[in-house]
Amino acid sequence: MSTRITVTVNGQAVTRDVEGRTLLVHFLRDTLSLTGTHVGCDTSNCGACTILMDGQAVKSCSMLAAQADGAEITTVEGLSQNGEMHPIQEGFREEHGLQCGFCTPGMMMAAVDLLKNNSNPSEQEIREALEGNFCRCTGYHNIVKSIQYAAKKINEPEKEVA
Amino acid sequence: MTNYIGKAVKRVEDKRFLTGKGRYTDDIVLPGMLHAYIVRSPYAHAKIISIDTSAAEAMEGVVKVYTGKDIADSGVGGVPCGWQINFKNGDPMKEPPHPLLVADKARYMGDGVAVVIADTREIARDAGDAIEIEWEELPAVAHAKKATEAGQPLVHDDAPNNLCFDWELGNPKEEVDKALSHAHHVTTLEFTNQRVIPNAMEPRSAIGHFDESTDKYTLYTTSQNPHLTRLLLCAFVLGIPEHRVRVVAPDVGGGFGSKIFHYAEEALMIWCSQRLKVPIKWTSDRSEAFMTDAHGRDHVTKAEMGFDKEGHIVGLRINTHANLGAYLSTFAPAVPTWLHGTLLQGLYTTPKIHIDLCGVFTHTTPVDAYRGAGRPEATYLLERMMDVAALEMEMDPAELRVKNFIPPFDGVNEPGYQTQVALQYDSGDYHAVLKRALEMVGYDDFRKEQAEARKQGKLLGIGFSTYIEACGIAPSAVVGALGARAGLYEVGQVRVQPTGKVSVYTGAHSHGQGHETTFAQVVADRLGIPLDDVEIVHGDSESVAFGMGTYGSRSLAVGGSAIVKSLDKIIDKGAKIAAHKLEAAEEDLEFADGKWTVKGTDKSIAFGDIALTAYVPHDYPEGLEPGMDFSSFYDPANFTYPYGAHIAVVEVDQDTGQTKLKRFIAVDDVGNVINPMIVDGQIHGGLAQGIGQALFEGAMYDENGQLINGSYMDYTMPRADDLPSFEIDRTVTPCPHNPLGVKGAGEAGCIGSTPAVVNAVMDALRPFGIKKDLEMPLTPERVWRAMHS
Repeated sequence: MSTRITVTVNGQAVTRDVEGRTLLVHFLRDTLSLTGTHVGCDTSNCGACTILMDGQAVKSCSMLAAQADGAEITTVEGLSQNGEMHPIQEGFREEHGLQCGFCTPGMMMAAVDLLKNNSNPSEQEIREALEGNFCRCTGYHNIVKSIQYAAKKINEPEKEVA
Repeated sequence: MTNYIGKAVKRVEDKRFLTGKGRYTDDIVLPGMLHAYIVRSPYAHAKIISIDTSAAEAMEGVVKVYTGKDIADSGVGGVPCGWQINFKNGDPMKEPPHPLLVADKARYMGDGVAVVIADTREIARDAGDAIEIEWEELPAVAHAKKATEAGQPLVHDDAPNNLCFDWELGNPKEEVDKALSHAHHVTTLEFTNQRVIPNAMEPRSAIGHFDESTDKYTLYTTSQNPHLTRLLLCAFVLGIPEHRVRVVAPDVGGGFGSKIFHYAEEALMIWCSQRLKVPIKWTSDRSEAFMTDAHGRDHVTKAEMGFDKEGHIVGLRINTHANLGAYLSTFAPAVPTWLHGTLLQGLYTTPKIHIDLCGVFTHTTPVDAYRGAGRPEATYLLERMMDVAALEMEMDPAELRVKNFIPPFDGVNEPGYQTQVALQYDSGDYHAVLKRALEMVGYDDFRKEQAEARKQGKLLGIGFSTYIEACGIAPSAVVGALGARAGLYEVGQVRVQPTGKVSVYTGAHSHGQGHETTFAQVVADRLGIPLDDVEIVHGDSESVAFGMGTYGSRSLAVGGSAIVKSLDKIIDKGAKIAAHKLEAAEEDLEFADGKWTVKGTDKSIAFGDIALTAYVPHDYPEGLEPGMDFSSFYDPANFTYPYGAHIAVVEVDQDTGQTKLKRFIAVDDVGNVINPMIVDGQIHGGLAQGIGQALFEGAMYDENGQLINGSYMDYTMPRADDLPSFEIDRTVTPCPHNPLGVKGAGEAGCIGSTPAVVNAVMDALRPFGIKKDLEMPLTPERVWRAMHS
C-alpha cells in the first residue's frame, strides 16, 4: 500500500513511507509538519497550496506525494534565506499584500514563479499570472503592488524601492 | 517618534504569515488527536427511514460513529439563536430546534446526520461513505417568496406558510401610501438580491478536547468571537460549566461574517470528546463549506419610490421576503430587520418610509450576516431606485442624489440626524464624498466620451452609489430592546508590566484586520512609548477576560474605545504616582511624550519609571494600590455611520455580453483613521466582494433544493484579472461619540460597490432600451440575452 519516497524539501532530503493516495499537500502538512502550505479547496482552484517543485509553481493538492519522489520542493518555510526575507516576502509586507494570511503562501509561490520567467511584468501580466490563486481579503490590489515591489527589488537589489 | 496615529505602520503580524508560521486551527495537532468526518444529507428535504453504521464501525481505525439519535438521547438541545424578532401581532418568531445532527429528517442539503471518529481523516471519510442511510425524499422549496405560498412543503411543521416572522418599520403605512398616491412620479422596481456564499479562504475547523484529569474542555475554532461561542456552547447547547471551558480562535483565515456564528460542529466536537476523552478535529472541505457556512443576502423585494416634480423623494414603500434558510443561525433574524430596514433612509431626506418584511424558512443553508449584513441589501435597493428614477424622470443620476442629500451636520454643534427608520446618524457631509468622486472620475468629460464611444459601437457605462451604514455595533440597551439576547459592548484590558512594556487583551478578534498593529498604534501613541513595547493579545478566552468579537465594523470603534478607557485609567493612576515622586500636585502635572512633567518646569518622570514604581511600591502614595493593570468595558452610545460615494465605469462587449470593469472610484468617510494602509486594504477587499456580487457570484438552488454550484468549479469568485486597480480616497468626519472618532471600515467597500457596478452596466446598455431590471450576477449570458431580446 505504501511507497517509500525521497524528496528534498527546503534544501533537506527526507525519506518517508507514504500511502498511495496521500496528496503532496497532506504529506507536507501532516507528515513534515510544514503547515505554511494551506488547503483552501478540493477542486484545485484556489491555489492556497501552491509550492515550487523543481523551481516551478504547482498546486500541491493536485498531485500525489508519491509523484514527488526525487523532486526538489520549496515551501513558504523555505523562502527566506539566512534570516533574510525573500524579496517577495518583503514586497507583501511593504505593500500590505496580505490580510488574513491564508492565501499568502500560495500567492507568493505563484509570484516567485512569475518573476523567474518575467522579471519585469506589467500589471496585466501579474493579474493574469495570479489566475490560479484566490484571495478573498485584498481585492488583489495590494498583491499586485507587492509583486511589483519584489520585481524592482530583484532587478535593482541595491536601490531603495520607493 | 512615538506619534503613531494616522501613520501607515507596517503590520506586526505579517512576519508569521509570510514565513509560513501562522497557526490556524487545522495546523494544530494535539497528542492522541482523532479525526471527525460528518455525514451530511444529499437531499434538501428527506426523512431518515434507517441508518446502518455497522459496516463503518467495523472498519479498522474507526473509533466510534454517532448519529442524530445519540445526540438526542443525550438530552442535548440545539444551536441557539441570539436575536428574537416578534411578529407584528406581538407573538415571538418561530424558533424551531436546530440539532447538532438530525435524527428524524434533513431540512437542507448538508444537514448533518452522523459523525465518524477515526484515527485519520481518510479513514473517517471512508467510513462515512460506508454508512448506509435509507432516505425518503420529500418535496422541497428554496425560494423565499414561493415558500410562503399555499401548498408549499413546510420546513418546520409548526411554522405555517414557512413564516418565521413578519415585521414592519417606519412611518404608518397609510402615510406612506398617501405620499405615494400624491407623488408626481413613482419608480417601481422588483428584484432579487441574490444569495451569496462568503468563502473565507480558510475553511472552518474545530478541535474539541475534554481533559478528564482536569475536568477542562478546550475548543480551538475558526471563530470571529470565541467568547460568545463559549457562552452559547456552555449555557445553551451542552450545559457545561463556562469556567471549565477554554475557547481559542487562533489565526483565522478570513471570516466576512461567516465565522461569527456558533456552529453545530463546534459543539459536536466537544460533545464527542466528552465521550471519548481525546482531542478530536473536524476540518471542513470546500464543498462542505459551500453547503454549511452560513450564506448571505437572498431578498426578494418590491420597492416603490415617489418623487415630487423637482425630483425630491416624497415616500418609499418596500415589501421584502428574506430567506433565512432551514434553521435560524445565530444572528439571522437581525440581519434583514434591524440591520437592513433601519438603513432605508440612506443619505436622503425621504420624509415617509415603510417596510414590510417576512423572514422565511426554506430548504436551504441557513442565511446570516455576510460582509455588510443588511446594509448592502438596503443600499442596493436605494441606489438602484435612484438610477432608475433618474432615467425615468430624465434627470442626471448624480444631480438627483445631490438634490435629496441630508445637509451636512457634525453631530457636535448640530444635532445628529433622526431618520424615519429608528436610527440617529452621528455626523456627515454626504455631498462632499460624491463631489470628490465625481472629480476623480472626471464626470464632466465622461458623458462626452460615452457618446463618442457609442457612435463607434462601444458600450461604455457609468454607475453611482452613495451609501451609509450603521457600524460600531452597538449600544447594548438599544439592541436589547430590539431583540438581541446579548450585550454588544467590548472589553479591553491593559496590563503595564513592571519594565514598562505593555500587554493589551482585547475581546475583538483579528482575522485579517490587523488589530495587532492598529490597536498597538493607539496604545503606543497614547502612552508615548515605542510600538515594539506593546503587544496585542486576542482570541483566547483563557487570557482575554471577555469579549463580543469582531463583526459589524466594530473592532476599533468599540474594542479600541474599551482599550482607550483602560489607558485613561493607567494615565490617571500614573499621575498619582508621578505627583508623589515629583512632590507636586496632581493637577500641576501634564502627560505627554511618555512622561509626566510639572507644568512650566523641566521636572519630569518617564512612563517606565512610573511602571516600575507601581510594581516596586517602596516610595509610594499612601492608600494607592500597587500595580498597573486595568480592564474596561465600553458600551457605545450610538452606532457609527460611515458613508461614501462609489462610481463604476464599465465597458460591455456587445458580441459576448462580457462586462469589463474599467475603473472603480471609491470615496469613503470612515471617520478618523489610525492606519491608512490598513483602512485602504479593508476598502479594497470590500470592493472586490461587492463587485463579486454584482458580476460573478450567486448561489444557485434547483427546484429540489439542490445547491448546484457548490464548488469553485461552478461558483465564480473574482480573480485578479477580473478587477482593476482601485482608485480610492476619503474625507474625514470624526465620529462625535467615541474617544477615537472612528467609524469603521471593514464593510464599507462591500456595501457601496454592488449597485454602482449594476448601475454602470445598465447605463452601458441604455441604447438597447432595456426596461426590465437585470438579475445579479450580471453574467455575460444574462447581459447578452438582454441585448438580444
